Amino acid sequence: MIATGPANQDRVRQICLAYDAQPSALIEILHQVQDEFGFLPKDALVEIADALNISRADIYGVVTFYHDFRRAPLTGIDLKICRAEACQAVGSQKLAEHATTNNYTFTDAYCLGNCALGPAVMIDKKLYGRVDADRLDQLLRQKGE
Amino acid sequence: MMDQSAITLYVPGDSAACSVGADEVAQRISEIAQSKNIHIKLIRNGTRGMFWLEPLVEVQTGQGRLAYGPVTPDDVESLFEVDFLHGKLHELALGLTNEIPYFARQQRLTFARCGITDPLCLVDYENHGGLVGLRKALADTPEQIVETVTQSGLRGRGGAGFPTGIKWKTALEQPAGQKYICANADEGDSGTFADRILMEGDPFCLLEGMVIAGRAVGASIGYIYVRSEYPDAAQTMRRAVDIWRAAKLLGDDIDGSGQAFEIHVRMGAGSYICGEDTSMLESIEGKRGQVKVKPPIPAIDGLFGQPTIINNVLSLASIPIILAKGADFYRDFGQGRSRGTQAFQLGGDIACGGLVETAFGITMRELIEDFGQGSRSGKAIRTVQAGGPLGAYVPVSDFDMQMDYEKMTEAGAMLGHGGLVVFSEGVNMAAQARFAMQFCEIESCGKCTPCRIGSVRGKETLDKIMVGENVEQNLELLDEICELLTKGSLCAMGGLTPMPVQSAIQHFREDFAQQAKE
Ligand SMILES: Cc1cc2nc3c(=O)[nH]c(=O)nc-3n(C[C@H](O)[C@H](O)[C@H](O)COP(=O)(O)O)c2cc1C
Ligand code: SF4
Repeated sequence: MIATGPANQDRVRQICLAYDAQPSALIEILHQVQDEFGFLPKDALVEIADALNISRADIYGVVTFYHDFRRAPLTGIDLKICRAEACQAVGSQKLAEHATTNNYTFTDAYCLGNCALGPAVMIDKKLYGRVDADRLDQLLRQKGE
Repeated sequence: MMDQSAITLYVPGDSAACSVGADEVAQRISEIAQSKNIHIKLIRNGTRGMFWLEPLVEVQTGQGRLAYGPVTPDDVESLFEVDFLHGKLHELALGLTNEIPYFARQQRLTFARCGITDPLCLVDYENHGGLVGLRKALADTPEQIVETVTQSGLRGRGGAGFPTGIKWKTALEQPAGQKYICANADEGDSGTFADRILMEGDPFCLLEGMVIAGRAVGASIGYIYVRSEYPDAAQTMRRAVDIWRAAKLLGDDIDGSGQAFEIHVRMGAGSYICGEDTSMLESIEGKRGQVKVKPPIPAIDGLFGQPTIINNVLSLASIPIILAKGADFYRDFGQGRSRGTQAFQLGGDIACGGLVETAFGITMRELIEDFGQGSRSGKAIRTVQAGGPLGAYVPVSDFDMQMDYEKMTEAGAMLGHGGLVVFSEGVNMAAQARFAMQFCEIESCGKCTPCRIGSVRGKETLDKIMVGENVEQNLELLDEICELLTKGSLCAMGGLTPMPVQSAIQHFREDFAQQAKE
């Protein structure tokens, strides 16, 4: 775990202030904190609660409701494999099995909006289409370089 | 900065086109042009929606725009060798883009500019009919705008098909005060991508629709709720908003009319249920996306307790052309109570997948066989799931159904957001039914017990059926669970999950009893 020191707390507060510390901006704030820190550190959540003047319980409620938010860092690359119907129809199950066999860590996505060019994956927020096992290996190798 | 001598080229910047290499193709074209000292103007347009041809490169010639595709970075060298910049033939040449049958046969109203213009160029937008609807609306009274929308027959494209004019009238009738317009860009249904294509390819069209909606109901603030799986669309919308603000098409005095409107882009966080309108409002308020009981309806008591219009991206993006060309023009497309055009989206195992905008009334067979050209794998098609994850599995024998709200409902299916996902031989329909239950389990907001727990029981029951355990009794039990979900759910998430499950059992019973027979 990355330890959050005072500097990071300041940064979290800055992000909150950029949204005028509006409670309605909570999801935007969480996205930005996660983008910068890689996950949502506990200290950051406490800081957000304080800055927006809402309870920690409310923040946890929100963080746990949405699939995007994570409270621990990713162990590998940010890989999402589309597991929804359109990609199922063209072999996403096999792709996911290949990823599991090769110990790639990934999260399931339920539709990446690339349904005519499946199987689709997203790596670091970039979309890829017609991804079979070979192409996935190749993409991850490129990313690893 | 139009350079007269430069040749204009188009390579889509659409994220699906880029998912199969459009960025690399664009880069390669620039490099080679530079090394050969050829002056080109390369525009990153939206996609035309013919995904099997992506990356689709177009060259502007005296005869019109000529298409080449699908182009890989390795093809670029040879394209230059045959002098494609002057429209010369090449094995990837497709002729005039507008004459490619898939494109030529469509009726593009909402997507009239998509793939044609430079998405973030305001001059291009106006040259292709943009802002005509907005200027008309600024000259009309709010009542006149609402009347035009009502007369056009437009119904919500997000899935429920509620008449847009009636929704707007309700919000207009609320006492003046802070009202809101929310564009639903959550597009969670698998098999759908039309909202994304529009936002990336013609973002100003959505803004124009929202400003008109604001004028019509007396709202001065708009939100665009974009799902986080669409980072490029969100980025394009943010840039579009900045451009409109700078051009005074947003702000407190739009185009010198005295009308005020401001738009904020908000991002979702990976939750399907946030596409449901009350859940979306909770999410915009920064809360858990829990569904709320209606009434009160959002048009009366919505975002921050104020009157709020929630419309799908495509409903809003259809508004400018309705205002520009009149209600009758739009109404004349379509049939029965389904007026205008629908953006059908062909996905899954389909040879020619993509966007087909056409009047309501086309048959599913025409879409799948004439446009789609059958399966991509070459295998026989077995079923199509229509209308997203909560939609029915339609057997090939029902492909003659006409695609409109009522006709599809009569045939036991659902239009939804217009997605069609093709499955070919080899698909296990019991597994698909199980997935429907699993999806409900994952995405349930948790408010109703039938949805939260019933989906888990449904999944477990299907697991038993799939290994041949007491198939008959378990199918009966599953039927009861489905009935409970249908009757006891607050929203369509739990309420419609039985649709894919029961249609799979009805049409593909053989997949549910394999083990037992042996
Ligand atoms: C589970 C669920 C998911 C939904 N997802 C979406 C969506 O992704 N996009 C959308 O426009 N409407 C979605 N809807 C429909 C909305 O609740 C609402 O009817 C729609 O946004 C209204 O806009 P329209 O009248 O323009 O269609 C969903 C509904 C349910 C029950
Ligand atoms: S049906 Fe499911 S998703 Fe809809 S309100 Fe009930 S629990 Fe939430």
